[in-house]
Parts: sequence; C-alpha cells; structure tokens
Amino acid sequence: MSLIRVWLPLVILLSIAVIFVFGLKNDPSYIPSVRIDKKAPSFSLQTLEQAINKSDDSKISPKNWEGKIWILNVFASWCVACNIEHPILMKLANENSNIKIIGLAYKDNPDKTKEWLRKNGNPYDMVLVDLNGNVGIDYGVYGVPETFIIDSVGMIRYKNVGPIQPTFYEDHLLPFINN
Amino acid sequence: MLAELGQILLAFTLIISLFYGTRALYMVSRSSDDIHFSALRKSLSQTAILVNLIIFSSFFLLMNLFAVSDFSVLLVAQNSNALLPLPYKLAATWGSHEGSFLLWILMLSAWTTLVSIFSKPLTDKFQIRVVSILLLLQAVFLVYLIFTSNPFERVFPPPAAGRDLNPLLQDPFMIIHPPMLYMGYVGFSVCFALAVAALLEGKIDSVWARWCRPWANAAWAFLTMGILLGSWWAYRELGWGGWWFWDPVENASLMPWFAGTALMHSLAVTDKRNALKSWTVLLAIIAFAFSLLGTFLVRSGILTSVHSFASDPTRGVFILVILTLIVGSALVLYGVKTKNLGMGDNFTPVSRESLLLVNNIIMAGSLAAVMLGTLYPLIAEVITGRKMSVGPPYFNSVISPILLPAVFFMAIAPWVIWKKSTLFPALKGLVLPVFISVVVAVFFIFYQKQTSFGSALGMIGAITLFLGTLFSAFQRLQQLKKRALENANHKTIMLFHRIKILGAAYWGMILAHIGIAIFTAGVVFVMTYQIEKDIVLKPNQIETIGDHNLTFVGIRPISGPNFSGVEGIFELTKNQSNTIHLLNPQKRKYIRSDDPMTEASILYGFFGDFYVSLGEPTSLGTEGLTPETSWTIRASYKPLMGWVWVGCFLMALGGGLAIFDKRYFKQKNTHERKFVDQSASITNAKKLIENTSQTKAAG
Repeated sequence: MSLIRVWLPLVILLSIAVIFVFGLKNDPSYIPSVRIDKKAPSFSLQTLEQAINKSDDSKISPKNWEGKIWILNVFASWCVACNIEHPILMKLANENSNIKIIGLAYKDNPDKTKEWLRKNGNPYDMVLVDLNGNVGIDYGVYGVPETFIIDSVGMIRYKNVGPIQPTFYEDHLLPFINN
Repeated sequence: MLAELGQILLAFTLIISLFYGTRALYMVSRSSDDIHFSALRKSLSQTAILVNLIIFSSFFLLMNLFAVSDFSVLLVAQNSNALLPLPYKLAATWGSHEGSFLLWILMLSAWTTLVSIFSKPLTDKFQIRVVSILLLLQAVFLVYLIFTSNPFERVFPPPAAGRDLNPLLQDPFMIIHPPMLYMGYVGFSVCFALAVAALLEGKIDSVWARWCRPWANAAWAFLTMGILLGSWWAYRELGWGGWWFWDPVENASLMPWFAGTALMHSLAVTDKRNALKSWTVLLAIIAFAFSLLGTFLVRSGILTSVHSFASDPTRGVFILVILTLIVGSALVLYGVKTKNLGMGDNFTPVSRESLLLVNNIIMAGSLAAVMLGTLYPLIAEVITGRKMSVGPPYFNSVISPILLPAVFFMAIAPWVIWKKSTLFPALKGLVLPVFISVVVAVFFIFYQKQTSFGSALGMIGAITLFLGTLFSAFQRLQQLKKRALENANHKTIMLFHRIKILGAAYWGMILAHIGIAIFTAGVVFVMTYQIEKDIVLKPNQIETIGDHNLTFVGIRPISGPNFSGVEGIFELTKNQSNTIHLLNPQKRKYIRSDDPMTEASILYGFFGDFYVSLGEPTSLGTEGLTPETSWTIRASYKPLMGWVWVGCFLMALGGGLAIFDKRYFKQKNTHERKFVDQSASITNAKKLIENTSQTKAAG
C-alpha cells in the first residue's frame, strides 16, 4: 500500500484544521458593512428629554460631534443582550470621559427607555430617540445592540454586532485613537 | 443548590471516566495474555453504566431547573421563560449550546452502556478497549463542557423573567429533532471506537465487521430520522416553502450521512468477503470525524447560517483542538497499522462487492462535493478576506449528477450475487421495470411541458429502482420456495418462514432502497412540477394555483401563551370538487424576538401538498390594519412532497430493521466463559488482583 494512500486522510484533516484556525480568527460577529469607511449617515433626532417633555423641537445631528471621536450605541429597553453589555458601557464611560458615547434608543418607548436607564445607570453623553427605526435602517442595523465607532471627520470606522466585549476599548478603540 | 449538584456530578464523572478509561486501556496494552480480563471487563462495564446514570442525573437536574424556571441559572434565564408551555420548557434544556452538549455527552454515555451490555461475542480485551475508548471520549467532551460551556452557571442578580426559547425552536418536532440527530452523530462514536480498538489490536476481519454493522445501522437510522425531522421543520416553520436549503448546518448533518451510508455498505463487503478492510476502518473514522465536524460547524459560528444560535470563537478553537486530536490520533494509528491488515480478496468486475464499492465511490464523491461547497466560503475568506457564499445553485448542479447514477446502480444491486456474477441475467430482471418506467417518463414528457431530460431520467430511475427492488425480493422468495419444494422441506415453503430466512438485514436493505425510490420520485416531482406564487391578495379575492382555487377570507388576531399574532383564513377548493379546505397560516410575534415567525399552513395529500404562508400587509394606511388591507402571500402546490418524507422515513426504518438481523448476534463466542455462577465473583476478584500485580511487576 502506497505511503500517500495511507497518510492522505491525515494530511486532509490537518489542512482543514489549518483553514479553520484562520477562519476562527475572523470574528464571526464582524460583518463587513458597506458603511465602514464611509461617511456616517446624517440624521436629525430628538433627545430623550425632548421626546418625553415634547417641548423643544430642536433636533440633534452628527454635526454636534464634528472633530471628535464618538461611539454610537444602538440599544433598547426591550433588548435583553443590552443588559450584558451595559456594565461594559458604564465602565467605558467612567474611565474615558474624552470619548462621547451616544445612545440610540431603537424603536423604544421613551418612557421605558428613561426608566431602564434610571434602573441600570446612564453611560451616555446623550440619548437620541429613533422611534420608528429610520436611523437604524440608514446605519444598516442588523439587530440590537450594535455599536459604531465614528472618527473626527465623521467616518464610520468600526461596527460591532451584538454586545461589545469587555476588551472593546483595548481592541478597537485604543488602536484607533492612537492612530 | 441543584445546579451546583449537577455540576459536581459532571466533574465526578469526568474523573471516573478519565481514570478508569486510561487504566483499563493501559492494563490491556501491557499484557499479551488474552484470558485474564473478564473481571476488568465486568467492572469496566459497570463503570460505563454508572457514568451513564450520573450524567443522566445531571441532565435531569438541568431539565428540572428549566421545568421550575429557575432564572438564577444563566442558561435557564437565557433560554426559557415562565410563560413558555411545559413541553417547550423541558425541550429548552437542549435548545442552547450548553444544554445540547450535555445531551450529546448523555447520548455518548448511553451508547457506551449499550456497547457494554450487548457485546457478549467480543473477546475481553477487545471489549475493554472499545469501552475505555468510549469512556475517554466522554472525558474529553466533559472537559470541554465543564471548562467552556458550563450549563449550570449562575447569574447574579437573577433576572425577573427569562429571555425565552428561540421562537424558531418552539415547534413540536424541534423537541425530538436534536436528540435524534445527536443519537446519529454520537452513534458513529461506537464504530469509531470499534475501529480504533481493532487498529490497536492489529486485526480486522469479517467478525469485526459483523460486529460493527448493527451499530453503524443504528447510528445511520437515527441520523436519517434526525435529518428528516429537521428538514420537515424547516419546511413548515421557515415560511420559504422549501425543504432543503444547503445551509452549512444542514450540510454538516448530510456529510456524516454520506460517510455513514458508505460505511454501512463497505462493512457489508468486509463482513461477507473479508475485503476492503482498511477502507472500511477509514470510513468508520471519517464518519465520526464528520459528526464532530457537524458539531463544530454548528457551535463555532464559523459559518453564517440560520442555525448559528450561539457562537463563541473560544469554544470553536476548543472543539477544533478536540476534533483534530481525536481524529488525528486515530488517523496516525491508521497510518501506522493499516499496512498489517492486508488487502483481502480481490473482486471480479461484476459482483455484489463491486457494486457496493460503486456505492462507496458515489458516496465519497457526494461527501467531497458537499464538503467543498460548505467549506469554500471559508477557504475563500481565508485567502481573499471577503465573505461570500456558495448557494444552492452549486449544490443542485453538482449533487444530482453524482447521485442519479446511484439510483440506477442500486436497482441492479440486489440482482447481482457475491463473488462472481454475470451481467446479463442480472439485467434480465430489470427489463420490465425499465420498460414501465420509460413508458411513464415518456407519458410525462408529452403530457407535462416542463419535463426536462434530467427529471425524466430521475423518474425512470425512481420507478426502475422501486419495481426492480420489489421484483428482486419476490424472486428471492420464489427461489427459496423452489429449493424448499425440491428438498421437500415443508417448513420453509411457508411464506413467513421464507421471509424469516432472508433475514432482517436483507429486508432492511429492501425497505431502505424502496424508500430511496419514493424519495427520488418526490424530489423529482417537486423540483419539476411545483407551482409557486408570491401574490398580493385583498380579503375575498380568489387566486388560481394549478387546478386549485384559493380564497383569502380575511385575517383574525390570535394569541398564545408567549406570543401574539395574526392568522389568515383561506379556503381552498380543487376544481370539480365541492370540498372546502380551511388553511390558517399564522404570523407570530414571540416575547423574545422582534422578528415575526411564520407558521405555514399545509394541506397534506398523497399526490401533493398545498402550502400557504402569510407575508406582510402591503400598505398600512393611517388607520393601521383594517379588514381591507391586502397581504402578500406565498402559495404553492408541491406535487408528491409527502413522498420525500415518507421515503426518508422508510430509509430510517430500513436501517433500524437491519439492526435486528440474527447474523449479527448469533456469534460463536470466541472464548468460552470460564467462570460460572457463584464462584465467578471470587475468581474474578482474584484475577483482578493478579492482573494488577502483574501490571505493577511489569511496570
């Protein structure tokens, strides 16, 4: 029996394993978005306070943070996975006051959002209300939670699908700030 | 505290199976003596049963936590909800990664118990090897479970309400689909253990193959059943009207199926003709390797699929390491030992064994094609860095040309005898089946316009296989009758006795092949003649689909324990018939998910299914949903759709029936049991002490 025939199965196994190792390195929650490295879509939204008080009509747009690095975190009070990432966001907010964290309350009742933030703490510099999810569509939101990093010239640099990891700051934000 | 108890039990079993498995394997390999192991064999069997009981208790504890909705356990909080109906609460035990892996291990230990109980004809040494390999496999997976996916993890503070079971899984058949599939996956571990033990012993012969056959059949039958249930679930639940999507996870279950099918057939050759030995051993390893790969693909989230429920890269790496380690070491062993096995006897071109080899080649080809298609996106991503997917077009165009010839070869197979056969008499039996099938196909070509060359060929294949298999069974019975008449053996003249003589394995084969014929007919008809329409209907509008009239009566709200939604009311009439069938497809919104779930409504029929699923309301005016709102609807007529399921079911049934062939169990005991009744235990104890001292002395 030839040597090749005997050892071929092992060779195939090992090469498949190598492919998998490389495959696993690719983060499955990283879905390359057409929005990456594109200008962050503009919007004009009410803040949570405005939505609840129904008083002020002035709207907020991404221009507010021009020249700064900011994070857009899509969340909702009905979203269970948001409970998982919330402590991470709180920590991020407490430790890095220089980064603006903007919350996008996605298809959520403003009163419920407020109650949820009162209960769990508010890591956001500002909470915007996307009542019917239009801004979510513009940003290509697959599900809640999702997190975008947007740079000082208003380009989306990174997108995280699902809860952010505890190492989010070190892995994605820090290298980016250093650049 | 029940969760902690469950966890302790798991850790305990890990230690037991690791210790006793290693010890037994070591003791057996150190001694060249064959007789002194009956005590060890017995104690190892008891260990296997004990391990099984403990893992079952642990599983039962987890199930109990789900039943009482203890949300302080993370797994329960994530996958259950107080409002969930009880059967689903119980089924949620295996609705998550951690729980399903515990089920996986539970099944592995159950198979181990079965092996240790039903293995009397094996020699002591061989049986000890097999059981200890299985125990070690359990230990490896327990390590994985305990360290990366602990099902009993607590969460503090406990949430008030659970997140609910994934709505896709809330379906009666989803309760039994994963256990069936896992029984199949894990069942191949027995063949794997038998193969590795045989390699360790350096001896593979027809006795070994006969031993392996019922286990391979059992695993295959479960796997077939599991795939059938999964596919049927997708048909009813996903609302796309399809039944096979070439989704990576579906493929992951199909790959071990191909390997297992090849294994069953090459085992037959090794059993009857003492040939194809090293190939058979390799297949036994491969079948289990693909079962592991299936688990890996589902759980690592490496490929995007409707099934990737839980994905965690660290787990993926861990499973990958386990997979490479287990399969790699088996293949190294194979590489080292296979030279000593010998090639076995040669074949003549026209013989049963050649046809079985053809089966093996076709199965291996299908396996390679599916594997390439499934892993291609991954390879492409590694090389080009872009995500892409190989869709159904690839699989449909590659798989049918590979599998269609198999149908024809299968029709010839029962007519050809072992060793040496001549082609012409074998083909003579197929003349009538081929003639009938060609007539039918020609009729369809002229009567139905859409008939393509491929589908005509498929039809011919299906009918030839169906009739050819039936005729061959009939011929076998006639032959037996003739012989019995010549010998004046009145007992065997009776039909029942003649059926019995042919054996369960034979009838299992006939049944499974007929199943494939029915399945093929179903697939060909659905693919060729189905009528599918995506339509927009207003209430009281009528749409004609084929020779059916579908009336959309309206929409009414529904509510369930943990969902709410709407239900469409449809009336279906067939031309020239006054019977009105009601169809009620639903759109449900569950607590957990914002996405609506589709419950298709299907009118099952012998000649075809009528399928309706509810889409979305087309335009919501200012006043929201009104009785006048029109809806998108997917309606289709699927001729012979039910045949696909019936065919698969017959295949599984055939595989199951074949397990009970007497040949597999009436083995000459290779060494007589020496120790009888009361003196046995004393002698056993003595022998064990002797063994241990021998090993000590040797070490």
